[in-house]
Amino acid sequence: MAKPKVAFYWCASCGGCEEAVVDLHEKILEVVEAVDIVLWPVALDFKKSHIEAMKPGEIAVAFINGAVRLSENEEWVKLLREKSGLVVAFGSCAHMGGIPGLANYTTREAILANKYFNAPTVDNKENVLPQPETKINGHALELPRFWEDVKPLDEVIEVDCYLPGCPPPPDLIGSAVGAILKGELPPRGSVLAPAKSQCESCPLNESKPEKIAITEFKRLATSSADPKTCFLAQGFVCLGPATRSGCGERCIRGNMPCRGCFGPPPQALDQGTKFLSSLAAMLQANTDEEARAVADTIVDPLGTFYRFSLPKSLLRRRCEHKRT
Amino acid sequence: MTEGRFEPKIVGFLCRWCSYTGADLAGTSRTHYPPNLAPIRVMCSGRVDPTFVVKAFADGADGVLIAGCHPGDCHYGEGNYKAMRRYRMLLRLLQQFGIGPDRIRLEWISASEGARFAEVVSDMTEKVRALGPLHWNHRDADPARTSREALHG
Repeated sequence: MAKPKVAFYWCASCGGCEEAVVDLHEKILEVVEAVDIVLWPVALDFKKSHIEAMKPGEIAVAFINGAVRLSENEEWVKLLREKSGLVVAFGSCAHMGGIPGLANYTTREAILANKYFNAPTVDNKENVLPQPETKINGHALELPRFWEDVKPLDEVIEVDCYLPGCPPPPDLIGSAVGAILKGELPPRGSVLAPAKSQCESCPLNESKPEKIAITEFKRLATSSADPKTCFLAQGFVCLGPATRSGCGERCIRGNMPCRGCFGPPPQALDQGTKFLSSLAAMLQANTDEEARAVADTIVDPLGTFYRFSLPKSLLRRRCEHKRT
Repeated sequence: MTEGRFEPKIVGFLCRWCSYTGADLAGTSRTHYPPNLAPIRVMCSGRVDPTFVVKAFADGADGVLIAGCHPGDCHYGEGNYKAMRRYRMLLRLLQQFGIGPDRIRLEWISASEGARFAEVVSDMTEKVRALGPLHWNHRDADPARTSREALHG
């Protein structure tokens, strides 16, 4: 019997998800034994035309990481959707937009202006911007288009399941691959991680007091954290209450509060507002002035509460100034 | 209503014990106020999850009013304090999204303050009217996607 064909592809991402695959260590040899990798731009040389020549559904499963930011990303994921039986959104960026999704806090215009005109190291007197098409000596050169919005994968193509995390941990990848090879995947749309919140599995949960009373938020840059005490009890913003469990609490064990890369548990519609709700309950404030004073000590609520999930949130992006 | 004038859509989350009763009083007293507020009765202002507010904006509201009992008067003890703690943080978050404080208000309105309810709704309606529609409909409004001609920058 022919081995099932597998594709790995990357969109707007950092390469960390590719590392996560390599982090399977020896287990990756078992994967390679069991499947035929037909596309993996980071590690192997394959051409788009090879994929285009395939029959619809010929690839058993495509693991796609990264958010959709460029027209090129969109073309590729649509092609892979057509040729693949299963599409797995791999990692926070494909799942929710991830860190690249924070670009939805600004506009395409501002990003390009910053990159090509305003950055102190840029010398661009003619104000040249990259163009989708350029003619040089009678040849037409093409570049991908840069969209206004960063989108999670499922806003562009249908996704069968999601492997959350920045990056997804090896044990979840291993069990997902195992389930796929055995044909035992949960229903379409499932996130392949536990449905409870991270606090439930947090090693510091025992140290969380009955009532938390925060009068000022601390930052790791300016305060040191006790590795044995719940971060929220110490006044550090930790997204554990509004984040799905299953990551193995890698950050917590490294004395770093949860930043929310696994996304919200299934009951929560919007990770940022759910977190805000739970965090506000911990404020020590009995007057409006007190509430304001504590709230003002969080430097960047949007970037902190939606660090990985802005394009997947209810509001999705910042609106333009004229609409305030 | 004046023809062609922008009529803002305002969603009001009103606590069942004080503010909703206050709104009722405004009605039974036949107090005139603009019809722009769609009231939603909740058991307590403390029950208003910030997700409700954000969902209202995402679904097309131009403004959101949360109204509850005065501090000290909460039927459940301190639900309105919970609302107050959330509100300050929510204001900061929404400001970053580009939604200013005139579009999201927290007011204390007791069951006997029908006139005050009418005042708050009138004032908020006019302020939001002056700001114009919010139109949170970015979902398919990416200019680069709708027009193949639109290029970079």
